[in-house]
Amino acid sequence: MGNIQEKISAFLPEAVFEEGQHLTALVPANKLNALCRFLHDDKDLQFDNLVSLIGMDWGETLGVVYYLNSTQYNHWVILRVETSDKENPLLYTVSDIWKNAELNEREVYDFFGIRFINHPDMRHLFLREDWVGFPFRKDYDADPKINPIPTDNESSNIETVSLREDAEGRVVEEKRMIFKEDDYIVNIGPQHPATHGVLRFQTALDGETIKKIDVHCGYIHRGIEKMWESMTYPQTLHLTDRLDYLSAHNNRHALCMCIEEAMQLEVPQRAVYIRTMMDELMRVSSHLLFFATMCMDLGALTAFFYGFREREKILDIFEDTCGARMTMNYNVIGGVIADIHPDFQRKVKEFIKEMPGRLKEYHEVFSGNVIAQNRLKGVGFLSREDAINYSVTGPSGRGSGWACDVRKRSPYAAYDKVQFDEVLSDEGDSYARYMVRMKEIEQSLHILEQLVDNIPEGDYLAKTKPIIKVPEGRYFKEVEAARGAFGIYLESRGDKYPYRLKVNSPGFNLVGAVDHMTRGSKIADLIAIGGSLDYVVPDIDR
Amino acid sequence: MKYEDFKDNEYIEQLVKKLHEGGVNVVVGSLDEAINWGRSNSLWPLTFATSCCGIEFMSLGAARYDMARFGFEVARASPRQADFIMVAGTIVHKMAPVLKRLYDQMAEPKYVIAVGGCAVSGGPFKNSYHVLKGVEEILPVDVYIPGCPPRPEAMLYGMMQLQRKIKVEKFFGGVNRQEKKPKDFDEE
Amino acid sequence: MFDFSVVTHWIDTLLRQWLPEWGALLIEFVLVGVVLLLLYAVIALVLIYAERKVCAFFQCRLGPNRVGPYGIFQSVADMLKILIKELIEIKHIDRFLFNLAPFLVIVSSMLAFGCMPFGKGLIAIDFNIGVFFIMAVSSIGVLGILLAGWSSNNKFTLIGAMRSGAQMISYELSIGLSMLTVVVFAGTMQTSGIIEAQNRGWFLFTGHIPMLIAFIIYLIAGTAETNRGPFDLPEAESELTAGYHTEYSGIHFGFYYLAEYLNLFIVSGIASLLFLGGWMPFHIGGWDAFNQVMDYIPSVIWFFGKTAVVMFIIMWFKWTFPRLRIDQLLHLEWKYLVPIGLVNLILMTLVVMFGWHF
Repeated sequence: MGNIQEKISAFLPEAVFEEGQHLTALVPANKLNALCRFLHDDKDLQFDNLVSLIGMDWGETLGVVYYLNSTQYNHWVILRVETSDKENPLLYTVSDIWKNAELNEREVYDFFGIRFINHPDMRHLFLREDWVGFPFRKDYDADPKINPIPTDNESSNIETVSLREDAEGRVVEEKRMIFKEDDYIVNIGPQHPATHGVLRFQTALDGETIKKIDVHCGYIHRGIEKMWESMTYPQTLHLTDRLDYLSAHNNRHALCMCIEEAMQLEVPQRAVYIRTMMDELMRVSSHLLFFATMCMDLGALTAFFYGFREREKILDIFEDTCGARMTMNYNVIGGVIADIHPDFQRKVKEFIKEMPGRLKEYHEVFSGNVIAQNRLKGVGFLSREDAINYSVTGPSGRGSGWACDVRKRSPYAAYDKVQFDEVLSDEGDSYARYMVRMKEIEQSLHILEQLVDNIPEGDYLAKTKPIIKVPEGRYFKEVEAARGAFGIYLESRGDKYPYRLKVNSPGFNLVGAVDHMTRGSKIADLIAIGGSLDYVVPDIDR
Repeated sequence: MKYEDFKDNEYIEQLVKKLHEGGVNVVVGSLDEAINWGRSNSLWPLTFATSCCGIEFMSLGAARYDMARFGFEVARASPRQADFIMVAGTIVHKMAPVLKRLYDQMAEPKYVIAVGGCAVSGGPFKNSYHVLKGVEEILPVDVYIPGCPPRPEAMLYGMMQLQRKIKVEKFFGGVNRQEKKPKDFDEE
Repeated sequence: MFDFSVVTHWIDTLLRQWLPEWGALLIEFVLVGVVLLLLYAVIALVLIYAERKVCAFFQCRLGPNRVGPYGIFQSVADMLKILIKELIEIKHIDRFLFNLAPFLVIVSSMLAFGCMPFGKGLIAIDFNIGVFFIMAVSSIGVLGILLAGWSSNNKFTLIGAMRSGAQMISYELSIGLSMLTVVVFAGTMQTSGIIEAQNRGWFLFTGHIPMLIAFIIYLIAGTAETNRGPFDLPEAESELTAGYHTEYSGIHFGFYYLAEYLNLFIVSGIASLLFLGGWMPFHIGGWDAFNQVMDYIPSVIWFFGKTAVVMFIIMWFKWTFPRLRIDQLLHLEWKYLVPIGLVNLILMTLVVMFGWHF
């Protein structure tokens, strides 16, 4: 860590360092971009992955926190910038260095009103253009009269604004066109069967070929992060299940671990094992749903039902233990809410036995089909560099050859006690992403196999105080959800409410990469690519 | 489904009794019955889902719950051809005009089922700045199915309730005829 | 084997006894029209039900089973509902073409349907260019689809219509080529003549290799002609919501829905006419006793049975294969099916010239 600190202070003497979970540096706003460029390019540092970009309202100042990680050395650094101008806050973009910053910065603009100089496209992302106020600021007025339910349709504007600094250092607004005047623009979504929810792709077409895609999010933006700020810690847990409902356990696991680590609470081993098993079951069920919907998107309707048939078996297991099929609310701070059902182990073993045969069936029905292979191979290519630059994690990133599995990189729960392979593929096309997921099911079964008979006896829930308070500080915890690295950022001021809780959702970065991946391909390819990326929209919009 | 299977909700029966108090014309009555039979047994949903409830809706179509048994499986992607819309999931401010437009695009007769806590009342997101407190703020809802998300069985039950509601509609004798409202229509 | 022309001739002579010729003809026309229309509707309803059941069984489900025993009245209920569903008046469309388009589709499939040889002597029009006529009228359907896509003033429908235009016109070639192969072999275009020529064995068996190739090409192209999976690009649900009929509601949509299934029936019917002997029972040259037993099964059952088998195969395609992409679809046609079809035609000509067939 010392090395990084030395390098940064050698490059930028003004940087102020703070100790925390990782090395934290407070950087003057106008030097941020240069520093980031240095951190990204330096041979010994290689911070090539922007893990999280978090907008903040610290009361006196507004600012942004950057979590940087190096895929080469797996070291971390946290950068912080502030601006005290609350009327017209301006910061500098880093979207020229890390592509995934582009959408993230638009999100910050949406929620905090911070505008980024040199950002190519400074529009709202989640909220409508006519939204009044910036909801994540602490002084936001949530009066429904200010922002009533809109009755008119959105205006479809193809113009955007970009801020530039001219020679004298003044900031000027520059108009930019998203599409050309005479582009044939088709709206795919928000209500469209293949967008897996309510996502809107404004697509410029040339015949059947896609020229450009402009992503619109926010059709299911529920303001979860803002709601969290007025909830006690145990209350916050409930909404994680509703983010990416297909990796409900994993999400909740992340938040629980983040809070537990902050409180330095020891979780009983039994709970750790149960959590790990639940995570893997969830992953299998999510990948099964992926298989089902992917096949349906490509028109293979029968395969859809096969995927769901097996998924129901996992839901049965969940239902026995957790009492619900989808939003399980199972993990709690300090362990799990109830012990496993007596049938749990038997059912899991039965499932492990049955699944490999089913997988073979899937491959016969779908993966081996000539049409399916033609539709997927070579479609939606994403190189390893781009995957890192867009921060496309999870099976999609591993399909491009990026070893980004959090379970391997920084093992949590019981993952350091089990053997499993990180499935990687170098092809980077939709077929690779699809196959990675199918093989991950096998790996998950393998993990389950090792755990199912070795669940230690003992408590399943650690004793906690009735009112949970988290010591002051900044905490970040990642888990491997079914779609990729799911991060939780927690900033606490020692209260029983979090000061700021932010979700770093894998789906958000996936959507950011869609435009890049679909350029020049056909409409049908967009569906195949979307299917193979497997985003869940409430996870994107939060 | 048989009418007698439902002993748990007398509201509709009482309504029908009131409606039929004045007596029903044999021809009109049997025509109405035929039409209602057709309508209630051929409800095509619009493929519409925003969040978790949508996944349960997909489970409903899948092999274990199989809504095809009731003829619900012809999910239409185009609102023009759908008969009812399952509002499955949270509706937020940005989505509200879109949903309204979808509803407006549907052909009569059209029905709305609010599925899940979010569509019923805003559910766990009631306090959010961007969430509608129930879909009835913008659409007339026929059936509410609570749950978070409701189990597929609950959804089936809700859809059967909708069938039941349709069975007591009047095509010839009802909305299309100008007629005074019964006096004590909303006494209950 | 019972010849249905006995019945038709009896009706004809009966009418002519009482009426002048034009009157008799008029009544016959009306009669044939009404019978065909009824049959059309009934077959469509049965097919819709059958498809829903078949697909349910493929997908480990039960399918409709609440409306009537085994759900057999499910499609009747659907029809009843769709008949009284609102027809939405849409602004900014070409109203005339918009309303015309579904009728073009239904008329085209109706005309082709009229040429089906349902049984021995049960055929409405039987003239010397029968096969050619079927091809000609069934290609009117694409006009309806193109008009629908164009007049709806919707971007999805337009893409769907363009896809459909490209697809149907291309695949018509393959269908034509495989039909031509049969015509070369049979030496006639008359439907009854083609069936009669299969008296000694169905063409699929007597015409051996080139006929087999033609049959396979016909099946692929026929599936594409009916816009069914894996060639259902014009209405690819996951891409274009509902494709060219996105804006249609009520009975207008119902027409498309009916026509889709009827086209399936027509394509399968023609397949059974050309390759499987139409209503001709299963005959093996020389085995007279066997042939006689086969003749006891009525011709109508033979025709519908064979058609059902072909239909089942096409349904099987739909429910198992993923959808093709538009460029792959055209590749398949222009780079594989058409060249193979052309070579196959030459092969068939040689076979006929040198008498290499059975």
